[in-house]
Amino acid sequence: MAIPAVVRVVEAHALVYRRTWRGSVISTFFSPVLYLLAMGVGLGSLVDAGAGPADLGGLSYLAFLAPGLLVATAMQTGAGDGSWPVMAGIKWTKTYHATLATPVGVRDLVVGHLGWVGLRLTFVSVVFVAIMAAFGAVESWAGAMAVVPAVLTGLAFAAATTAYAAYLDNDTGLSTLFRFGIVPMFLFSGTFFPISQLPDWLEPLASVVPLWHGVELARSLALGIPTTWSPLIHVGYLLVWIVVSTLVGFRMFSRKLRQ
Amino acid sequence: MPLVEARSLTKKFGDLTAVDAVDFEVARGESFGFLGPNGAGKTSAMRMIGAVSPVSDGYLQVLGMDPAVDGPEIRRRLGVVPQDDTLDTELSVAENLLIYGRYFDLPRPLIRERITELLDFAQLSERRDDKVEPLSGGMKRRLTIARALINQPELLILDEPTTGLDPQARHVLWDRLYRLKQQGVTLIVTTHYMDEAEQLCDRLVIMDKGKIVAEGSPRQLIEAYSTREVLEMRFPVGVQETILDRLDGLAKRTEALPDRVLLYTDNGDGTAAEVAKRGLQPESVVVRRSTLEDVFLRLTGRTLVD
Ligand SMILES: Nc1ncnc2c1ncn2[C@@H]1O[C@H](COP(=O)(O)OP(=O)(O)O)[C@@H](O)[C@H]1O
Ligand SMILES: [Mg+2]
Repeated sequence: MAIPAVVRVVEAHALVYRRTWRGSVISTFFSPVLYLLAMGVGLGSLVDAGAGPADLGGLSYLAFLAPGLLVATAMQTGAGDGSWPVMAGIKWTKTYHATLATPVGVRDLVVGHLGWVGLRLTFVSVVFVAIMAAFGAVESWAGAMAVVPAVLTGLAFAAATTAYAAYLDNDTGLSTLFRFGIVPMFLFSGTFFPISQLPDWLEPLASVVPLWHGVELARSLALGIPTTWSPLIHVGYLLVWIVVSTLVGFRMFSRKLRQ
Repeated sequence: MPLVEARSLTKKFGDLTAVDAVDFEVARGESFGFLGPNGAGKTSAMRMIGAVSPVSDGYLQVLGMDPAVDGPEIRRRLGVVPQDDTLDTELSVAENLLIYGRYFDLPRPLIRERITELLDFAQLSERRDDKVEPLSGGMKRRLTIARALINQPELLILDEPTTGLDPQARHVLWDRLYRLKQQGVTLIVTTHYMDEAEQLCDRLVIMDKGKIVAEGSPRQLIEAYSTREVLEMRFPVGVQETILDRLDGLAKRTEALPDRVLLYTDNGDGTAAEVAKRGLQPESVVVRRSTLEDVFLRLTGRTLVD
């Protein structure tokens, strides 16, 4: 792997983005507003009037929900950027083949791609936290640090879906991944309610999902409350996902593009 | 030292041997071809030369380097026009070149200069800021060639550069490649069109089923494996089978294809006259010069494009 080559790959993504940013930027601003309004404020008023505060440790539903949504949004962004665009580069537009005919190598390509996704995740998460603040859902400036676990979570999913998309021969597997993987994780990993509310047999399963670790960290940073496990474990778990998925991605890319 | 040199070069995909122990050399400034039908192993060979596909067995040297060791350095000095278009269709013509130039670590001002020159060369200057998507097949190919030249490569490898193009677009492209050759760029071209091989290649190898079956200049190959002229005759349906033995002794070699008979002879008109003397009445008679297609037929018993 060569640093300049990685930077070139990031640069190429930025150039492509210059052409295609409009659609994604609009949803970057609107989807947090819509979710926080509908779920945080609308549904929140019901939850706060009922049994909610007891199970949420005295938090308003909006305050509980917002950091979770931040990280869940990062997950979706990461998983999205790691799936169809990768399949396109390998199989549809074949631009990865063109890139790899230059001095850029497979590892440069994978790391550069994830580096770009990291930049995009940072942007999406910063916007989200700003909107959270506008809703009064961030306790202090330190709450802005919730961007970090959001980006790490997004990267864990980006790296994993990148490897998976490179492994697949067609995109039906990607639709399946979103329908039976990403959507359930979005709903059941502590974003909308604490995983302690899940049936007991499901709780351990939820704690294997990287999203839950990111949500734990983000909620702790945004609200100044403790995490379930040590923050080091949560961070470490996300990092392991990123590193292992990236290494698997190297192999999958080589199998498809360097045979 | 040759620019590219292969000894017993082999590519395997599992049990399948796509390139089977081939030997060839390409000298600097030469225009070298791989002629063969689909599945002959041309792309597999090109990908090994382009240092994007590992060699399974044998020896390969490209620009004095070993692709297994110096892949990035080889690719830095190479231009590649792949068989399938790999342009970013969402971007403009110029942006495709800019991104590519950056992959070679070229500074932006230099890339901008080269974009202007290359688009001029590729006759795409007017389309500079247009999206790639709606360009014609010929324009996309020319853009791909321009892109492959952004790093001013010493060696340009082109995998089926005109497959799928109409005749006029092919001639435009051949003209551009001829200019490159004049400028001293070494070309390696694969094709399954014998006319393309004859137009572009100083020297070529004929490939079939992973093996090289003959090597030489188009002229040498035709002289060695064919006659000066070919007499092509079509007979009414069902008649051809019944008259084949009556053609005995008329030509150096007779080839019966499903739809016509080819007589290999140095004097086509003379042979045609003798056919008539024997009382045979073909539906159509054509005398033409021998081509590489005839060489391929002679060597493999099959036609190049079926
Ligand atoms: N990635 C691959 N995996 C398995 N088989 C392949 C692969 N690429 C090519 N082949 C096989 O190798 C043989 C040669 O293919 P190729 O080099 O593409 O020939 P050509 O370019 O002359 O048409 C074919 O039988 C093809 O199916
Ligand atoms: Mg091919």
